[in-house]
Amino acid sequence: MEHIIKNGFVYCPLNGVDGEKMDICIKDGKIVDSVSADANIIDADGKIVMPGGIDPHTHIAGAKVNVGRMYRPEDSKRDVEAGQSGGRAGSGFSVPSTFMTGQRYAQMGYTTAMEAAMPPLLARHTHEEFHDTPIIDHAAYPLFGNNWFVMEYLKDGDIDGCAAYASWLLNATKGYTIKIVNPGGTEAWAWGGNVHGIHDPTPYFDIESFDIIRGLAEVNEMLGLPHAIHLHCNDLGHPGNFETTLASFDVPKGIKANPQTGSRDAVLYATHVQFHSYGGTSWRDVVSEAPTIADYINKNDHIVFDVGQITLDETTTMTADGPMEFDLHSLNGLKWANCDVELETGSGLVPFIYAARAPVPALQWAVGMELFLLTKDAGKVCLTTDSPNAGPFTRYPRVISWLMSNKARQDLIDGELHKWAQRKSSVATLDREYSFLEIAQITRSTPAKVLGLSDTKGHLGVGADADVAIYNFNPETQDPSADYRTLEAAFQQAAYVFKDGQIVVKDGTVTNPTLRGRSYWVETSVDETIYNEVVANVEKTFKQYYSVNFANYPVQDDYLPHSAPVRGVMQ
Amino acid sequence: MIILTPKEQPEVPIEIDTIIPDSIAGKTLDEIKNMSILHGNCQVPLTDFFEVEGEAGATAAETKILINGDVSQTKRIGQGMTAGEITVKGSVNNYVGAEMEGGVITVEGDAKGWAGQNMKGGELEILGDAGDYVGASYRGDWRGMSGGKITIHGNAKSEIAEYMNGGKLIVKGDVGIMPGIHMNNGVLIIEGNVIARAGGEMAGGIIVIKGIIDEFLAGFEYLGVEKDIEVEGEVIPGAFYKFKGDYAIKGASGIIYAAVAGNAHIAP
Amino acid sequence: MELVKNVVCPFCGTLCDDIICKVEGDEIVGTMNACRIGHSKFVHAEGAMRWKKPQIRDENGELVETTYEEAIERAAQVLAKSKRPLMYGWSCTDCDAQAAGMALAENTKAIVDNTASVCHGPSVLALQDVGYPICTFGEVKNRADVVVYWGCNPMHAHPRHLSRHVFARGFFRERGRSDRTLIVVDPRESDSSKLADIHIQVGYNQDYELLDAMRACMMGHEILYDEVAGVPKEDIEAVVEVLKNAQFGILFFGMGITHSRGKHRNIDTAIMLTQDLNNFGKFTLIPMRGHYNVTGFNQVATWESGYPYCIDFATGIPRYNPGETGSNDLLQSKEADAMMVIASDPGAHFPQKSLERMAEIPVIAIEPHRTPTTELADIILPPAIVGMETDGTAYRMEGVPIRMRKVVNSDLLSDREILEKLMKRVMEIKTASK
Repeated sequence: MEHIIKNGFVYCPLNGVDGEKMDICIKDGKIVDSVSADANIIDADGKIVMPGGIDPHTHIAGAKVNVGRMYRPEDSKRDVEAGQSGGRAGSGFSVPSTFMTGQRYAQMGYTTAMEAAMPPLLARHTHEEFHDTPIIDHAAYPLFGNNWFVMEYLKDGDIDGCAAYASWLLNATKGYTIKIVNPGGTEAWAWGGNVHGIHDPTPYFDIESFDIIRGLAEVNEMLGLPHAIHLHCNDLGHPGNFETTLASFDVPKGIKANPQTGSRDAVLYATHVQFHSYGGTSWRDVVSEAPTIADYINKNDHIVFDVGQITLDETTTMTADGPMEFDLHSLNGLKWANCDVELETGSGLVPFIYAARAPVPALQWAVGMELFLLTKDAGKVCLTTDSPNAGPFTRYPRVISWLMSNKARQDLIDGELHKWAQRKSSVATLDREYSFLEIAQITRSTPAKVLGLSDTKGHLGVGADADVAIYNFNPETQDPSADYRTLEAAFQQAAYVFKDGQIVVKDGTVTNPTLRGRSYWVETSVDETIYNEVVANVEKTFKQYYSVNFANYPVQDDYLPHSAPVRGVMQ
Repeated sequence: MIILTPKEQPEVPIEIDTIIPDSIAGKTLDEIKNMSILHGNCQVPLTDFFEVEGEAGATAAETKILINGDVSQTKRIGQGMTAGEITVKGSVNNYVGAEMEGGVITVEGDAKGWAGQNMKGGELEILGDAGDYVGASYRGDWRGMSGGKITIHGNAKSEIAEYMNGGKLIVKGDVGIMPGIHMNNGVLIIEGNVIARAGGEMAGGIIVIKGIIDEFLAGFEYLGVEKDIEVEGEVIPGAFYKFKGDYAIKGASGIIYAAVAGNAHIAP
Repeated sequence: MELVKNVVCPFCGTLCDDIICKVEGDEIVGTMNACRIGHSKFVHAEGAMRWKKPQIRDENGELVETTYEEAIERAAQVLAKSKRPLMYGWSCTDCDAQAAGMALAENTKAIVDNTASVCHGPSVLALQDVGYPICTFGEVKNRADVVVYWGCNPMHAHPRHLSRHVFARGFFRERGRSDRTLIVVDPRESDSSKLADIHIQVGYNQDYELLDAMRACMMGHEILYDEVAGVPKEDIEAVVEVLKNAQFGILFFGMGITHSRGKHRNIDTAIMLTQDLNNFGKFTLIPMRGHYNVTGFNQVATWESGYPYCIDFATGIPRYNPGETGSNDLLQSKEADAMMVIASDPGAHFPQKSLERMAEIPVIAIEPHRTPTTELADIILPPAIVGMETDGTAYRMEGVPIRMRKVVNSDLLSDREILEKLMKRVMEIKTASK
């Protein structure tokens, strides 16, 4: 099947195209140089054309996401949707059901999304939810930062053993990334405690977060994984935590990036950094330290981050940072869920209302904006809302409008936003407006590159997967700064979206809801002797301390009908 | 006034939340006749189950609806209305007055479950009995009824005023268990008897019980006897045991007034 | 004879996955590691009658053997015509079948509900109001020093539960049982309470009262009365101290509180007690789910529709209100005008008034055995049994997903295949009638 998208304003940062009027040709699911006269013509005159969007960090599939849905029928009732084009109905404002999730991403022109946290023991659950998530390509990040095997190998200084274990675990869970959440802290939470800063050893295992981060960063490059270690720092959400954040950023510095696939050069991916950029000592004297953080980012090239932008909604927080969620529940009194996972990790959930009129949410909003606006190179920052923690992913177009329009920000600041935003941050003084190219960077090329997928994703050069988004906005005749609401609407419901060369969205409506995307995961192998030793150790531990049999633990192939292994180091 | 006379009520219930003063105001009689209601899993015209006559007002506030007969198989009467009047000369099924924001609903028979669920304003009066969950909240929502006034002349069942956040609920008859469960604010007055668990897990609000309470929760603190209590500017005569709690909940400041007469067994 | 290892037991929510099946040909003739109940499912308890072919009831009320095609045709006709079809059960089949069922329910604008409706539904309602602080089984074995079983009798209903989690040695509890304090709350003496260090004989229907007093005490307040729920104040205070001082406490709970007076509010207050105990030590809970995949249905239904059970698709979009859209609500109010039962036995478990309605309406049963439900059924479609004759995912009581194994062959269609064929035929009928 051939298509030609004619006369659109194309934004493709990886190929240096900045709003040039040009045609994009699609054949057999790929971007090609040219097509025949029989090609289906899509008239993109006066419209923006970008590669399909890529979300490097979202919570859309798995155990705690489903607790979020199950325990919030009132969130479901708030936003219900009938099936589109023969597809399935759904519900959920902050935690959409799976059919709705895939569809709403596609409607915004997103074609790839990464589930940010997958407890290894529950990996099967994440993959099952992906079966029911239409359209988007996806992967999931297994959690490593509180894993008993990881902590023991690293405590013993056995980096080869740790790498062999990581290789085994990525395979067993069909995972994509070494995800680290509150290293050491969630294990402490299994006893009701936490760790503070990166040098606070976790109970019994007696290993510091510093060593967990450093060790896993080394393992990551030994295995040649496509993505860097993906780090949710200690002390999330605590006033004064910016120091922990900066100390964490320094930990993997000096390690050399060694991806076997793609062209990543960062060795650290720091996630939802907005929640980690607070100064002060309490919620009374808290201030934004985003400028300090942004300054570090600007001066260092080993790091890429995403913001976790507050959207000022009632939403649901959910994270593997178990103790943080209990603290939040103690603060706002709302219903708290939790699941500690044996030998591996944990999770917690609490609904949260980020009211614009409330002081702390207003400041948090400002912190996120500062991070975006003060980071000079859009090749270092990705757009996320840590969905649904800071807000649902369906708000990405709103965030885009805030970034492109100083007027949108000022209207909010002068309007209902609490004065703390102005008083405790510099956001009101920043008038930078993102360009369309920069938006394309933070939602397409930057995530593609740091995820190691930039050979086929995040760009519209020849050979890329034909994932294309076309938006009803004319950069020549319309002003994103003045017409920010129109801009938001245009990015909320794309004019056309292609997935692997097939039209999946037309005029904002999903046309192909039965399509399913690829499940990326990473395939690596290590020295056989070490590997066999490690697996024997793991099997022995299963018998004693796990509650499932070793043979029943790995995710079977049945769970990945569209398996797309990506290679790391293969020996 | 628009008069709806029920035809034969079906075994599978119908839902008429689409037929409220707000939605019929300014429409012609023919337009109203053709409006869609839900029967099981089918959308059908209103006239399949009602004779329709009369005239709607120009605005919701000027619109009255009279349902001239028993509608025990009809759900969601008056759901979400913001103004106007609905009178029912019979009994109704679930959700009468749910989410209403204003206006007046009078049911001359009984109501089933969830009468006045998540009510925001207006007045709902049930002359007969009501079921469970009067003035309660939707599953999972900690923000329940926030305004308006509900009066049940007969008895009600269990979990009334659940997660109540404001407004007033009066039951002239008896109730089952757990009236005012998880209440946060607002006023609940029960003139009849209560079986057990009044104010369970309440954090705020006021409950007044004039009848006999079979069992009372130990999470409350006894504050003594008060006479002729004042509740929202109104004086309720009589002697009442006063309790504060439910201390199962941190920082709870709910108040229960239980009539002294007949309730010596619950005073410690 | 062959030994098949690492088999997952298709009986209760403990979902033991260390079962070894002894197989001869296409028959499971023995097991190792299974409890008596699990064993009896694998080898087919004496007296169990298995349907070998689909059945249709004729005008005289007699069952006549037929083909899948004919039975599915009849069933599809029933579902296509129905104004308020109820699809109930789901708990003894795998997640792919449950997903096929959700699709069928949505397309026929039915209500779909599972056995939680008469089991841990109150636990679901409670967690929706107040939260759900849980852990996986291994955490209990490795860390728990205080274990509470409230309103359940695991020695009878989940026979290997205590041995796997309480008696077992754990990483931080090397002496197993002797490193733990076992508390059982039950009005009766039972085989479980006999094993307890502390047995609290709460008065019938007074668990809420007891929990309310415990919570107030934990918050530092005086309990209002000298005795609550038949338990002296000092004893209540003493047990609260034990709970507060736990390094890692776990509360397992069952029908004793989900189905005694107050139902979901008993669970609600127990959940909040557990949550608040985390201000002192560490405390978690796990509901003692009954069927081996009741949890799986709630998971599938939730991720697909946003709601865990009692899902009403009458308007094409999902709506949810247990108490109105629950199976017994719909049967007793006579709202349901047709019913499809799968992977459960409401005929044996539902109240009289519900059965009276079941007898009035067409009933389709997707059921391997002769049961009280099939006595009421007009159409019987026998499936292969998951975990024995076909594979698929099941979710353990605390949400751990394990893949059920196929141990022997069967000629019968799987639940999933039956549902897919049914849906295909229903859609054809509906399209033709437009």
